[in-house]
Amino acid sequence: MNRPEQRTLLSGWGLTSPTAAHVVRPRTPEQVAEALAGAGGRGALPRGLGRSYGDAAQDAGGLVLDCTGLTGPVHLDTARGEVTAPAGTSMDRLIAHLLRRGHFVPVTPGTRHVTLGGAIAADVHGKNHPAASSLGAHVRALTLVTADGRTRRLGPGPDGGDPELFWATVGGMGLTGVVTEATLAVFPVESSYMRVDTDRTGSLEETLELMAHADDRYSVAWLDLFARGGALGRGVVTRARHARLGDLPPPLRRRPLRYRSAGVPVPPLTPPVGTVNRWSVGAFNALHLNRAPRRRRGQAQPLTAYFHPLDALRGWNRMYGRPGAVQYQFVVPFGEEGTLAGVAESLSRARAPSFLAVLKRMGEPTPGPLSFPRPGWSLAVDLPADLPGLGAALHGFDERLVAAGGRLYLAKDGRARAETVHAMYPELPAWRRVRERADPDGVLVSDMARRLRLL
Amino acid sequence: MRDSVGSVRSVLLLGGRSEIGTAIVERLVREGAREVVLAARGGVSSPPGALTGLGASVHSVDFDAGLPDTHTGTVAEAVALVGDLDVVVDAFGVLGEQSEYEADPAAAARSAGVNYTGHVSVGLAVAARLREQGHGTLVVLSSVAGVRVRRSNFVYGSAKAGLDGFAQGLADSLYGSGARVLVVRPGYVPTRMSAHVEPAPFPATPGQVADAVSAGLRSDATTVWAPGVLQPLFAGMRLMPRALWRRLSR
Repeated sequence: MNRPEQRTLLSGWGLTSPTAAHVVRPRTPEQVAEALAGAGGRGALPRGLGRSYGDAAQDAGGLVLDCTGLTGPVHLDTARGEVTAPAGTSMDRLIAHLLRRGHFVPVTPGTRHVTLGGAIAADVHGKNHPAASSLGAHVRALTLVTADGRTRRLGPGPDGGDPELFWATVGGMGLTGVVTEATLAVFPVESSYMRVDTDRTGSLEETLELMAHADDRYSVAWLDLFARGGALGRGVVTRARHARLGDLPPPLRRRPLRYRSAGVPVPPLTPPVGTVNRWSVGAFNALHLNRAPRRRRGQAQPLTAYFHPLDALRGWNRMYGRPGAVQYQFVVPFGEEGTLAGVAESLSRARAPSFLAVLKRMGEPTPGPLSFPRPGWSLAVDLPADLPGLGAALHGFDERLVAAGGRLYLAKDGRARAETVHAMYPELPAWRRVRERADPDGVLVSDMARRLRLL
Repeated sequence: MRDSVGSVRSVLLLGGRSEIGTAIVERLVREGAREVVLAARGGVSSPPGALTGLGASVHSVDFDAGLPDTHTGTVAEAVALVGDLDVVVDAFGVLGEQSEYEADPAAAARSAGVNYTGHVSVGLAVAARLREQGHGTLVVLSSVAGVRVRRSNFVYGSAKAGLDGFAQGLADSLYGSGARVLVVRPGYVPTRMSAHVEPAPFPATPGQVADAVSAGLRSDATTVWAPGVLQPLFAGMRLMPRALWRRLSR
């Protein structure tokens, strides 16, 4: 795994802050160890499928390990209800493998184009957070190659070798080492369809009320933050559970585990100017809202349509044009609904063209010190990065979040200040101590770690 | 590095007392920069209040444009103070009287040394650092005086022409490295340095130059003009017959 002379420009999914790094693509844990040993003065960092929005998976001037080459056989143990896969396996491939055998992943994020290793490093959550917590809660074991080249098998419990390092790795943004393999708890399903209940809501209050009492396994709300006044926060709430055979209309019962994952590519050109503006967003939101049924029960939907609607349009991030996109995702504790409403109102008042505002309820967190989820409400908003005044507005929101005991999701961030994030993640010093033990020479580093002074 | 909304964290100003340079740095601080290094001969003992009052830490290093052997060290000193350099503003320069330069060839050569070769050594030292860190922008203060050199200030203008060409070549050498160069071509800017010069049409204030630089940093621009109208104007001037140009540019 020699470090190549040539450098590659890498950016996050938001396409905002490209920096250059030497990229290698190890295929085995041995090659990972070899690459880490050859990292230069600017350190090294693992990268998956590049779905974090900001600068989490880039290391300017350093060595980036493209971990998508860490693939191989996936092993499902139905008796134990767990699957073991190399860390470069995509969630897409994992879901395909599991569904064919009548099983499903415990947690899936909003895109299935993430690697297993990346998903653990961000401790991703899904639409079932209140019921299932985040992905880390279902990792039974993982293999980590640390900066010294050692391969460690770690588990979450006291018999897990080094549980502290395990939890520092879950949500640790790749800064504790390179995950090369993981074992996840999985569960059986009868079909690849979801049984979805849809409700259209007229206000934020109504949306929250409906979400608060959703006891289905999965629930999510899409919000129209472009609406004003009392209609602000109106949206579409969808609640779902895995469809059983008997829930499916007869034509679907013939191939109940059918899985189609191909998406339609958008043209491979990035327009110089974004196409996401208040007019396109206003039109989209109105259309999307009015297309949704006011109330529908028990609709069978392919799980890809429910979990990963945006994956249907590959490369959709390019719609934002050269300036790119920013996603602002935060969580505020229950009881701080006023902060949530305040941020939503500010976005609406600024006529910020956000056509993806996703509200989720969150439950119990994992012990990962840098893991994002906390009990409360999570809101994710996509915005064009060149929106005038965006930087200052988001810093203003950050302050409100800190005051409310809320926090930002590192996997989405590319602009917060170090002090702000330190205030949001009080367990950062504890995480640092574990990290320093695993990487005393500070080999693992990222642009995000430098910006947020995480190390 | 430039964050996802276009703000930077650290700025090095070469020519720490330059009015235009200070205006650019002030703008970057207002937009979120937190670490500033002012590089000037003897250091800058009392940084402008416009910089210190905005919550940024302002450092200072000794920098002599006329001592090329020290330039790599100057850059290293700045890095030791603030870490990665997100933006380096190369703004130093001298502007004397053309008639005096014509009477004192040695003084003319010394000014050309500051305005051209000083930028060559420090520009290359900065570029090496930006290439190593894999990101960052070098902002080079060129001038319309170098776009087509005029009879009335050809000592200054020719040095700026050289600097402009150097900066463009440097920009191309950095292509694909993650680092880049932004060439700024202001017109007449009323400052202490240009106080003795006859005002020219389409002047720009230091603040307007800072606006143009801020916009250029946020886009992927390679060149910005201040004011923007100078770009088409000078496209025309470049085509003007020599005999006419000679008369116009006294």
